[in-house]
Amino acid sequence: MNALEITRFAVRGLTANKMRSVLTMLGILIGVAAVILLVAVGQGSSESIKQRIQSLGANTLTVSASFSGGFGGPGGRSGGGGGPRTQARGLTLDDARALAGSGNAPSVKSVSPVVTASSATTTYEGASHDISQVVGTYPSYFEATNKPVASGAYFTNQDVTGVRKVVVIGKTVAEELFGQADPVGGRVSIEGVSFTVVGVLKESGSTGGQDADDIAIAPLPAVQQTLSGYGSLGSIVIQATSAETTDAAEAEITAILNQRHDITGSATADYRILNQASLQETVTEATGTFTVLLGAVAAISLLVGGIGITNIMLVTVTERTREIGIRKAIGAPRGAILGQFLIEATLLSLIGGLLGVGVAVAGSQFTIAGVRPVIVPQSIVLALGVSVAIGLFFGSYPANRAAKLRPIEALRFE
Amino acid sequence: MNEPLNGPLNGPTARPGDGAYSAGNGWTTAVPCDPPPADSPRDDVPGGEASGAEPVLLIRDVRKIYGEGEATVHALRGVSLTVERGDYVAIMGASGSGKSTLMNIIGCLDIPTTGTYLLGGTDVGVLDDVQLARVRNRRIGFIFQSFNLIPRMSALANVELPLAYGGVRAADRRRRALAALGLVGLADRVGHQPNELSGGQQQRVAVARALVTSPTLLLADEPTGALDSTSTRDVLAIFDRLSVSGRTIVVITHEDDVAAHAKRVIRLMDGQIVEDRRQAPVDGPPPLAGLRPPTEAVSDR
Repeated sequence: MNALEITRFAVRGLTANKMRSVLTMLGILIGVAAVILLVAVGQGSSESIKQRIQSLGANTLTVSASFSGGFGGPGGRSGGGGGPRTQARGLTLDDARALAGSGNAPSVKSVSPVVTASSATTTYEGASHDISQVVGTYPSYFEATNKPVASGAYFTNQDVTGVRKVVVIGKTVAEELFGQADPVGGRVSIEGVSFTVVGVLKESGSTGGQDADDIAIAPLPAVQQTLSGYGSLGSIVIQATSAETTDAAEAEITAILNQRHDITGSATADYRILNQASLQETVTEATGTFTVLLGAVAAISLLVGGIGITNIMLVTVTERTREIGIRKAIGAPRGAILGQFLIEATLLSLIGGLLGVGVAVAGSQFTIAGVRPVIVPQSIVLALGVSVAIGLFFGSYPANRAAKLRPIEALRFE
Repeated sequence: MNEPLNGPLNGPTARPGDGAYSAGNGWTTAVPCDPPPADSPRDDVPGGEASGAEPVLLIRDVRKIYGEGEATVHALRGVSLTVERGDYVAIMGASGSGKSTLMNIIGCLDIPTTGTYLLGGTDVGVLDDVQLARVRNRRIGFIFQSFNLIPRMSALANVELPLAYGGVRAADRRRRALAALGLVGLADRVGHQPNELSGGQQQRVAVARALVTSPTLLLADEPTGALDSTSTRDVLAIFDRLSVSGRTIVVITHEDDVAAHAKRVIRLMDGQIVEDRRQAPVDGPPPLAGLRPPTEAVSDR
């Protein structure tokens, strides 16, 4: 009595009740497919978020004013109209210069002061478009935020010092205003002020509903002059010399700004620093949790499928009690009966699992909820392994019951 | 006791031949060596065949008690029985006489509460589950009242099954199964499933299945109980023929017609043997064997 023989008995047992076998397999199929597919969706969304963060620029730190902090605190709140806004100091161009030129920040590669204006109506030869974000900054901003041009060029430091009305526009803006024509050299009117287009940014894709290509970037003084005014800066984008030095750069920036903003001891800073690296870490952690959660939900359905196997195998064993008795009476050893029913259960789960992998792989070709699933190979191995283990585990109880049947009682069973 | 038992069935060897237990009727004649069973000798079962002098069955003072306390049922109250090689024994009794219990014990499906039972010289009482399964597989051929073929398996596959559990190679298995089916006159029905066969044919498949391992003992429990008279005749004719060829057969029955075919009739009542009647010598043909040519009896309907 070899394993092949027992397997043949098992297959015969399964094919004897095809509908039941198929339905039981379906339970495992759904479970395995759900595990693989949901983990793939989690992985896909995690990767797309990572990509977006990376597209925001590598090794960058963004310093922005924090109005909720500062000396105002709760007192500012009760003060009403005055509020913390008046007491907290915004970021100034001098702050940016201090960061760039003091020599106290060796980990800082470049400093780009940024002002932004939103929803600027722009026209070009009759075409009109509201640019959702107009950024005024220095040329180093392009490198720091990872925004290469597709055609044309960046504006230069001379453009900044000369307060020239030049602009680099995003792809959406180019399409809206120029259509198929080449925008470089074209003169657009932003809020009534004429700017010359010097470059078009490469497409970077949308980030969570917001179109990152609906942007125009111009020299800082030009934007201040025409759109935002000469108030405080919106933010300062700082590029660290390398990925390893971002934390050092953050410390240096903190030290310089604390000194400049008179922040000492327990006082809360009136600015905050957004570290791209730590942001990425946080997001990765969050999406990891998300993936685990999805996987856990799917694992539950796999478990339910496993219980389905136990159930159907118990029915099978009861139904075939007499057959088991006959087999035992003609000399089937316990091991052969145990093996037969274990293999039946394992085949159910294994075939269901394999079909589930097939369904999951097919399903991952489609975009699910805006996410392109990325199959994690380990999840296939794991789900298949677990499904086989489920067959063995959930099949062992009914199989054991069958093997333990006493032939004399099994034969009497009607 | 000139041949020690070896192999997986190694148990304590039988005690030296004790004539007093042979039977209560003086039939203590040593049985001459049988001609080998219809099939070729079993070379794959070590120790499977005892010497000719060894009784096939040696049951001593076997008792079986079910339940406890008030609900105690004494199914067997000390049964002693020796069946020699080549004998054809009918065990009779009304329901409740303990004959089913005795049959279960003889068939190694149940163990006695007390007493010893030697099958072909092997003490069955000391064997574990695996060894008992092997004994059932190789030494006993079961024939049940309700045929007990496995549904959705062809006649051939059903007959092959004991050989499969016995670890016989596929080609060998097929050859022996076909031979056994030929022996019961079903050579042309090998591919049929049980539900495509008549009751008589099903029982003949079951006989073939019992025969195919060349067991020491053929054990039939009311083999004709579910058959019409024609099929009954067919099956009994097969039994006669098997007995002529030297098989040891024990039939449990309550029908006198069936018992009439046996060489020896044992009657049980209330768990005890009340009659042990010899109808034909152990080494001769069964009493009704000559009345009908077996070839005619097993003709297909």
